[in-house]
Amino acid sequence: MTSANIHEVIIIGSGPAGLTAAIYAARANLAPLVIEGEPSSTSDQPGGQLMLTTEVENFPGFPEGVMGPDLMLKFREQAARFNTTFITEKVTKVDFSARPFKVWVRDELHQAKSVIVSTGAQSLMLGLENEKRFYGHGLSSCATCDGFFFKGQEIIVVGGGDSAIEEASFLTKFATKVTLVVRRDVLRASKIMQQRALNNPKIEIKWNSQVTELFGQEKLSGVGLIDTVTKEKSRLDVTGLFVAIGHRPNTDLFKGVLDMLDNGYLQTKPGSSYTNIAGVFACGDVQDHTYRQAITAAGSGCMAAIDCERWLESQH
Amino acid sequence: MADGIITLTSANFDETVKSATTPIVVDFWAEWCGPCKAIAPVLTEIAKEQVGVVTIAKLNVDDHGDIAQRFGVMSIPTLLVFNNGEMKKKMVGAKGKTQLLAEIAEFIPKKN
Repeated sequence: MTSANIHEVIIIGSGPAGLTAAIYAARANLAPLVIEGEPSSTSDQPGGQLMLTTEVENFPGFPEGVMGPDLMLKFREQAARFNTTFITEKVTKVDFSARPFKVWVRDELHQAKSVIVSTGAQSLMLGLENEKRFYGHGLSSCATCDGFFFKGQEIIVVGGGDSAIEEASFLTKFATKVTLVVRRDVLRASKIMQQRALNNPKIEIKWNSQVTELFGQEKLSGVGLIDTVTKEKSRLDVTGLFVAIGHRPNTDLFKGVLDMLDNGYLQTKPGSSYTNIAGVFACGDVQDHTYRQAITAAGSGCMAAIDCERWLESQH
Repeated sequence: MADGIITLTSANFDETVKSATTPIVVDFWAEWCGPCKAIAPVLTEIAKEQVGVVTIAKLNVDDHGDIAQRFGVMSIPTLLVFNNGEMKKKMVGAKGKTQLLAEIAEFIPKKN
């Protein structure tokens, strides 16, 4: 099935970057088509990573803080207000070898003069053998969804960055004890988040440790740990495990098509959103492994829309 | 029964599941769960399209935690499929419409 209509711009992804690009593109009369992704319990979903967070305290304009999913809903409404069309599915294939560019959603072909890629990044899981089996049975990718089920229980959070501490702090509302398993002897998190972890009596930090095994029949009952310095093994009885060890960019669609760094992030021309293909732009976490904030993603989404608009004009 | 979706509670759960004349998909959800909100419109669409073929029901785990516990629900959204009063399938995590329909296809009688 092919839609005869050739769009000015297709935006792939709908986190802060994609939706900001949509707002700017729509206000520039480009009537963007946003292929926003589909519901999932990972951050690879419409609205992106903020959909799995609770209170966002550092997004300017919200002195009282704002709930991540509410913020993304507002982004989306603002884009919709200025003539943006949404498809709530995932892109399955792209062909950027000729113009108009081709983007498929299953067997449905959409064409556009330009494309903005804002597919973001998703959380890494541990990569352990029986990890899948425990998903939904003690192992969770979403603290805000599942914390509730661990009332009065002991759980662990793996990771030492801001998001690990945010999850651990949030989970202390439910769990009696949260053990933060950190690979090194320092936290990667910002100072304010470190303080929050160290000051929370329900959070205990296990330094130089890594989870190597998951135990349990039907449900998770414990984890095997290894000390990264002494190589000593131990077991910790917990009913819940939450993972916050970092992200990988959602760039599988663009392998062999767009230039990437060794870590899989898209490469953009410094100070711009230009990729190696003229007319294809990238913004947000899919091309940013340094800042990875909602506000920087939104900023780069704005850059992409402006770059795109000027490029389209230059083609006339 | 707004939008053709049945609201289940601790009080009506067993009776509703047992007396359902079609396979019934129960969505375990809560107000604070982002992915649950994301799949709500998908379920509403399926309920509308599959009237008389599949029944869609919702159970709020905040208010009716006993039912969630009985079926070992530890992550939401979780969708349980019941047929003839028996639990046949458990799906953990939010999914898109295409995926969801594929997952419940085995419970939908083929049209000739």
